[in-house]
Amino acid sequence: MDYFGILVDALRAAVGPVAAAYALSATGLNLQFGYTGLLNFGHVGFMLAGAYGAAITVEAGGSLWLGIPIGIAAAVALGLLLGFPTLRLRADYLAIVTISAAEILRLVVRSTWAHPVTRSVFGIRAFADEFFDLNPFDVGRDYGWGDFRFSGRQLWVIVVSWTIVAAAGLLVYRMIHSPWGRVIRAIREDEDAARSLGKHVFSYKLQSLMLGGGLAGLAGILLAVEQQSVFPDTWMPKITFFLYVIVILGGAGTVMGPIVGAIVFQFLFFFFDRFMTSAQLQGWFGDVLDATGAAQVKLVLVGVGLMALMAVRPQGIFGHREELLIDER
Amino acid sequence: MRRSGIGLALAATLAVVLFGSAPASAAGEDIHGTLESINGQEHTPVAGVTIVVEQDGTEIGTAVSDATGMWAVPVPAAGTYQVRLDVDTLPGDVALTVAGNDVLPNVLVRSNQQKTVRFQLGPGVASTVSRLDRFVDLVVVGLKLGAIIALCSIGLSLIFGVTGLVNFAHGEMVTLGAVLAYFFHASPLGPQWPLILAAIPAVLLGAAFGGVQELALWGPLRRHPTGLIAMLVISIGLSFAIRNVILIVFGGGPRPYLDYAVQREWEFWGISTVPKNIVIILASAAILAVVGLFLQYTKLGTAMRAVADNKDLAESSGINVNAVIFTTWTVGTGLAAAGGIFFGVSEQIQYDMGFRLLLLIFAAVVLGGLGTAFGAMVGSFIIGLAVEVSTYWVDNEFKTAIALGILVVMLLVRPQGILGSRERIG
Repeated sequence: MDYFGILVDALRAAVGPVAAAYALSATGLNLQFGYTGLLNFGHVGFMLAGAYGAAITVEAGGSLWLGIPIGIAAAVALGLLLGFPTLRLRADYLAIVTISAAEILRLVVRSTWAHPVTRSVFGIRAFADEFFDLNPFDVGRDYGWGDFRFSGRQLWVIVVSWTIVAAAGLLVYRMIHSPWGRVIRAIREDEDAARSLGKHVFSYKLQSLMLGGGLAGLAGILLAVEQQSVFPDTWMPKITFFLYVIVILGGAGTVMGPIVGAIVFQFLFFFFDRFMTSAQLQGWFGDVLDATGAAQVKLVLVGVGLMALMAVRPQGIFGHREELLIDER
Repeated sequence: MRRSGIGLALAATLAVVLFGSAPASAAGEDIHGTLESINGQEHTPVAGVTIVVEQDGTEIGTAVSDATGMWAVPVPAAGTYQVRLDVDTLPGDVALTVAGNDVLPNVLVRSNQQKTVRFQLGPGVASTVSRLDRFVDLVVVGLKLGAIIALCSIGLSLIFGVTGLVNFAHGEMVTLGAVLAYFFHASPLGPQWPLILAAIPAVLLGAAFGGVQELALWGPLRRHPTGLIAMLVISIGLSFAIRNVILIVFGGGPRPYLDYAVQREWEFWGISTVPKNIVIILASAAILAVVGLFLQYTKLGTAMRAVADNKDLAESSGINVNAVIFTTWTVGTGLAAAGGIFFGVSEQIQYDMGFRLLLLIFAAVVLGGLGTAFGAMVGSFIIGLAVEVSTYWVDNEFKTAIALGILVVMLLVRPQGILGSRERIG
């Protein structure tokens, strides 16, 4: 088996544009879950709102540079819409409403009724030409060493995405160390105490949900731009689960946690994917697992990994145990 | 400007190489299938039926099924097509088992794929239905869905009541019941019992799995102590793991049970519906009645409600709380397994059927009042009826959205649910 090739593939995935988009989205989720203690289980819905907001704007004849703020605004508005009825209630109500809303958004977007706007299952393609027109890299050649290479096109997406991730990390760092950040952490630790100090808890929670949603919206746009297309079935609930694994793996309630978590997650995910696929090809599993089965084992491991992390090391790589929402209610 | 133009072309080429999104022109995509009239175990080929393949309203090709019922239409490229069965060409004694299923609107053909599609045919005479009859029929279907949701949601609600955990893996307990029954009923590796017999070990194993979960996972976690939010996230992980194990073992495609797959409709009191719908409603009602009596009049049932109401008070009154929690897990997941089998009879069995149903279960449980068993029953029937009857006015694709709409309105107006108590909602 070509262990070195598998390793290089996994490394490429770890720094690739998808890892960057996950890091950005996880940063938003971390703001909601890690810092404020909001259980948003429909994070992928915010990404969908962002991606479709941008793509539909371009389809309607607008510029991509107009589409991006519109996409982000759509994701922020979704946060307002979902947060308003649920944030006064106990945490699990938000979980229930967000997980349902994200799935329903996907179903609506792929319905034939929405076809004139969203192009349903056909998806909206080639809407990000304006972005690739700015590419300073030579699309005709590869950059990198040995097998660790990216095309000029990929490199352009990678550079822009990771720059945005760094900016978002900095933004979250500044916000968390501002008075606003202290209030939302106080809400996570003890909502009643924060309320008794005269803080408007509901409004702070709503702001956190909307801000995290906006970051997810931008992440959705990045993912869509990278693929030059949006399809409804990209935005499956499993992405939300991946993001939870990323946040908890890196350390909820830390700035670097989601970013490093995304890199480590993508590395392990692809390493295992390639490993299982080649092991299956070499007949390690006999008749027990076919090719699709072997490729799906990694998804089982994501689930088991999330359970194990949460039970054994809930603070992840960087987190501090005392910073966790140990929580009661 | 010129450079960027070349860049664009290159980028497009690269995108094609990288993502394989090129319209594959070379090789033989087609859409094909075999038309069979299915009556119980008996499959009869249906010949001479016209199939039309269209894309965005343009006709791509037609085919007529041959003596073995086979037909095939070659298509020019990968893409999504609409496949229509010309109902007028069906023989007089054969009809679609689900009215209105003559068009498959989204048949996705990948490059180089020979796509198989199925039309469900059975003995019968196609009938046109007036609007009022359809409304009554939808009420029956809604009651059936409500009954299935009720079986599944009682467990979720009671487990929340006694442990405080919103169990996101509950949907997988539903799928598990359906898949276990499929194993005992139809799998070549299993004993191939009739479905009614196969349902018994499936429900028992489902219930046992609930008990084992409590003993091996949730009980130790509670004693460890783990916060409720952490446990909620763990249940999400468990749901994801179980769903994908089922995906690996059972495969991604939907499969029907062999029994009751195709039935002739019954007509009475202006209602026309397949017998299995009536059987599901009656059987569920019986099970729900037994559960209700158990909760209301037995010692264990009372203890369950007491723990759900106030755990500390129940414990200090001498109730063995851990035994009650264990029983709740066992009964709750057993009921979910039964609900899953009914759901599988009413539709088909698929690895994510429970997860799809979970959204409706949540809506029902919140509507009725989280933590109450009777509230869950009431909420389930309201959601089931609302989801199905709404298709009388709005498009089928939006019926799940209706359930979410009800959920959101309820949270705004009366967050504790119909039968819930105020202090629970926090």
